[in-house]
Amino acid sequence: MTHKLSAARLNRLFLAGELSAVEITESVLSRIASVDPVVGAFIKVAAEHALDRARKLDARRKAGDREFGPLAGVPVAVKDNICTCGIETTCASRILKGYVPPYDATVVERLRASGAIIIGKTNMDEFAMGSSGETSAFGVTRNPWDLERIPGGSSSGSAAAVAAEEVPLSLGSDTGGSIRQPAALTGVVGLKPTYGYVSRYGLVAFASSLDQIGPFGHDVEDVARLFEVIAGPDRRDATNAGRTPPEVKFGGEPSLKGVRLGVPREYFGSGIEAGVRARVEEAIKQLEELGASVEECSLPSTEHALSAYYIIAPAEASANLARFDGVRYGYRAAGASGLLEMYGRTRAEGFGPEVKRRIMIGTYALSSGYYDAYYKKAQQVRTLVIRDFERAFGRFDALVTPTVPTTAWRLGEKLDDPLSMYLADICTIPVNLAGLPAISVPCGFADGLPVGLQLIGQHFADTQLLQLAWAYQKVTKHHEARPDVDLKGGRQQ
Amino acid sequence: MTAKWETVIGLEVHVELSTETKVWCSCKNEFGAEPNTNVCPVCLALPGSLPVLNAQALEYAVKAGLALNCKIQRYSKFDRKNYFYPDNPSGYQISQYDLPLCYDGYVDITRKDGTSRRIRIKRIHLENDAGKLVHAGDDVAAADTSLVDFNRAGVPLIEIVTEPDIRSSEEADLFLNKLRSILKYCGVSDVKMEEGSMRCDVNVSVRPAGSAEFGVRSELKNVNSFSAVVRGIEYEQKRHISILEEGGAVEQETRSWRDAQGISVLLRSKEDAEDYRYFPEPDLPPVVLTDEDVERVRASLPELPDAIMARLMSDYGLSAYDASIIVAEKEYADWFLRAVELAGRESAKTVANWQINELNRVMNEKGLGPDQIPVTPEQLAGMLKLIEKGTITGKIAKTVFEKMVESGKDAETIVKEEGLTQVADEGELLKIAREVVAANPKVFEDWKSGKQSAAQWFVGQLMKATRGRANPQLALKLVTQALEEQAGQQ
Ligand SMILES: [Zn+2]
Repeated sequence: MTHKLSAARLNRLFLAGELSAVEITESVLSRIASVDPVVGAFIKVAAEHALDRARKLDARRKAGDREFGPLAGVPVAVKDNICTCGIETTCASRILKGYVPPYDATVVERLRASGAIIIGKTNMDEFAMGSSGETSAFGVTRNPWDLERIPGGSSSGSAAAVAAEEVPLSLGSDTGGSIRQPAALTGVVGLKPTYGYVSRYGLVAFASSLDQIGPFGHDVEDVARLFEVIAGPDRRDATNAGRTPPEVKFGGEPSLKGVRLGVPREYFGSGIEAGVRARVEEAIKQLEELGASVEECSLPSTEHALSAYYIIAPAEASANLARFDGVRYGYRAAGASGLLEMYGRTRAEGFGPEVKRRIMIGTYALSSGYYDAYYKKAQQVRTLVIRDFERAFGRFDALVTPTVPTTAWRLGEKLDDPLSMYLADICTIPVNLAGLPAISVPCGFADGLPVGLQLIGQHFADTQLLQLAWAYQKVTKHHEARPDVDLKGGRQQ
Repeated sequence: MTAKWETVIGLEVHVELSTETKVWCSCKNEFGAEPNTNVCPVCLALPGSLPVLNAQALEYAVKAGLALNCKIQRYSKFDRKNYFYPDNPSGYQISQYDLPLCYDGYVDITRKDGTSRRIRIKRIHLENDAGKLVHAGDDVAAADTSLVDFNRAGVPLIEIVTEPDIRSSEEADLFLNKLRSILKYCGVSDVKMEEGSMRCDVNVSVRPAGSAEFGVRSELKNVNSFSAVVRGIEYEQKRHISILEEGGAVEQETRSWRDAQGISVLLRSKEDAEDYRYFPEPDLPPVVLTDEDVERVRASLPELPDAIMARLMSDYGLSAYDASIIVAEKEYADWFLRAVELAGRESAKTVANWQINELNRVMNEKGLGPDQIPVTPEQLAGMLKLIEKGTITGKIAKTVFEKMVESGKDAETIVKEEGLTQVADEGELLKIAREVVAANPKVFEDWKSGKQSAAQWFVGQLMKATRGRANPQLALKLVTQALEEQAGQQ
């Protein structure tokens, strides 16, 4: 049952010598072995790497070392677009199969320094492009609450691995909702930090101006602990703000007295499912009961945010993905007779359809003659979105919205309809355009499937956001619900 | 060239900055290292790596801009310029598109006839260099495999773009030399074309003389020496004129200059022009410079060639020609100024003569560069002191100078070792003069019969006998005395 323990608990037990890091790791590895064949959360389980690390931690502890970081002994799964030195990093793409980075992402360095045990690399939508976890070149990830349904994307594996209790914590990345959306659909907590709080060094870029690494966990305390480990200054990322978040303090009676919450009406439009709306409205009532003042507001440019996002993100992606050309690493098509053919065939064979679609859109949007009509226009819309938020934060401390307008859909249901898939991120995308922090916390179920509540904060208000989410979690306990993956086929006798 | 036509030339010059490290990472920026040894995840553009701007590269670029009389953009940004090529590991170059760091500058050039012209600089932007392809074969087409060396990938480059103000190959050559000189003065680049730290693209068009409209231009890519620039321009000029004179139309195209064959060949036409799909680099924040930043860089600029040249002319009385030769290379100017400082301001013209006539000749003969000046200013000043004191004659000084170049020894040491001191002892010299006169009765007869040049001949003989060490005025006086004595005895 060790795998069911929170990160905070595991850390305490390890420090106290009640559980060895090897015991914890073995427990997690055996849980993964039993449920992951049906969940598909991992692309690579780095068992030897993890055990080796665990043994070293145990040896240190035995030798009397007490200088351990806040994640000592805690297994953490890492999304496969975050570079791990010596562990294959593929971005769930054929084009990077077999690529082993010679360096660690900054967040991975910090995980290691804090005593965490990196257990493996989680499945994802290829290059983080997708909202369902179905575009991976290495198979789909399934929702632990209903294995016939998608877990959300693109950090599908990181969310599912936590939801299925394979690991207590994981890292994902969020470009347009890729942490919050799967967190909501799998019933876990996911934080998208303020852009610039967590170093992107070593995160394989999808859309550089939007990407941000963030944590998943079962509860807000665990998520805060992981966030505090990964956030902070890094000179290797020029877009890093160079700021250290203030310490998150939990405890006492949860109260939201004096907290002003805004409810933007554009996030409750026609696309929202009745069950989702009901849960979110209940959550808003509970926040009010905790003492917060709640008022409706408007973010009028929300309706254009999706269009702007689907120009800016592919435009940046088209450049970011140009380096995968078959010249230096990863996949190279065989038998090409010249350079151009080698490039063309490598990319045609190496990238999946969603990635190709976005490269095409991005290349088109940037090409001369179309730049002003598309890319420039999209950047102007982005400015409007930012202004909307700035206006709202003149009045409110945080905004409350649904994370996703629907619950998890069936596998394959939207795969051939990219436009309807893109709508799944409609509530999360504006946050990325503005670089704001936002958290998704479980707020109950609709038809047996998890629903997520999104709290959006001001720049660098991540700590306040975590405290707000903690207060809500404290009085609702939705985060304590667990899917029964074993009964659903994970360990059939 | 036919006077009917006027050539219009614009240059795009790429210069590698001699920073200690590369522009986006902390790898060493050095020429000639073992292939792929100065590389890291950033300059190899490994997935997940991010660029961070090198502050020294930024400062050098600003410095170059100020030295070239540019305005400095207080808010500039980087853009991605997208293209696929194996030496371009990220698939884009980080450059600057609509907001270059420096703009609206100029360089004044002085033609041989003494007239000067101003070549305007449109912009200077900062970007990174690419790696280098090595083809395992005679050329790209014949190569079986191609290898890439990424040591150069990420080396900081500035691209200097001129307005189409250049009117001849001579002006292009003068401009490039002046540009090189200025950049070397500021210490931002070693500007070695042979090592590829300065490269050039040339835009050439031809129009009827007096026309205000531009002709259709062709662009010559990667012209890799000053002489190639001259030849390339002259080739294109002829090509355009002959097309125009035959009633044809010049096509806008990009051409490759093949220096060995002396021809240009079509690389791509306007129709298949590249679409680089520029957009703002999201991994780098905009560059914001304050007035204080710019002034701090300006304060770090050394005195530049134009200013030194003016000073050499006004304070030291040098001619424009002499001054321009001295300031062409920073090392020459430094050498000159130091030598004058040691020898005294009144010796400035003498120092200039020695430097321009003797030193330059020796260096040309030996193929020495400006960083290999074989005589120190101290040595020259020491030699001039010996002349001034009368220890050696001007003639002997030339010998001493040659020996200084060869041995690296000081003039004083050489004079001592070789016994080259001037003979000013009248008794000794008179004795030699008498011997010379006595030994050449035929010339003596010539002198006696009124041939004036015969006396000069005897002076020459006296010099020869003393290996040039005789004081020339004294020599003439004593020869005359000896001749008169001889005549009196007869
Ligand atoms: Zn490097």
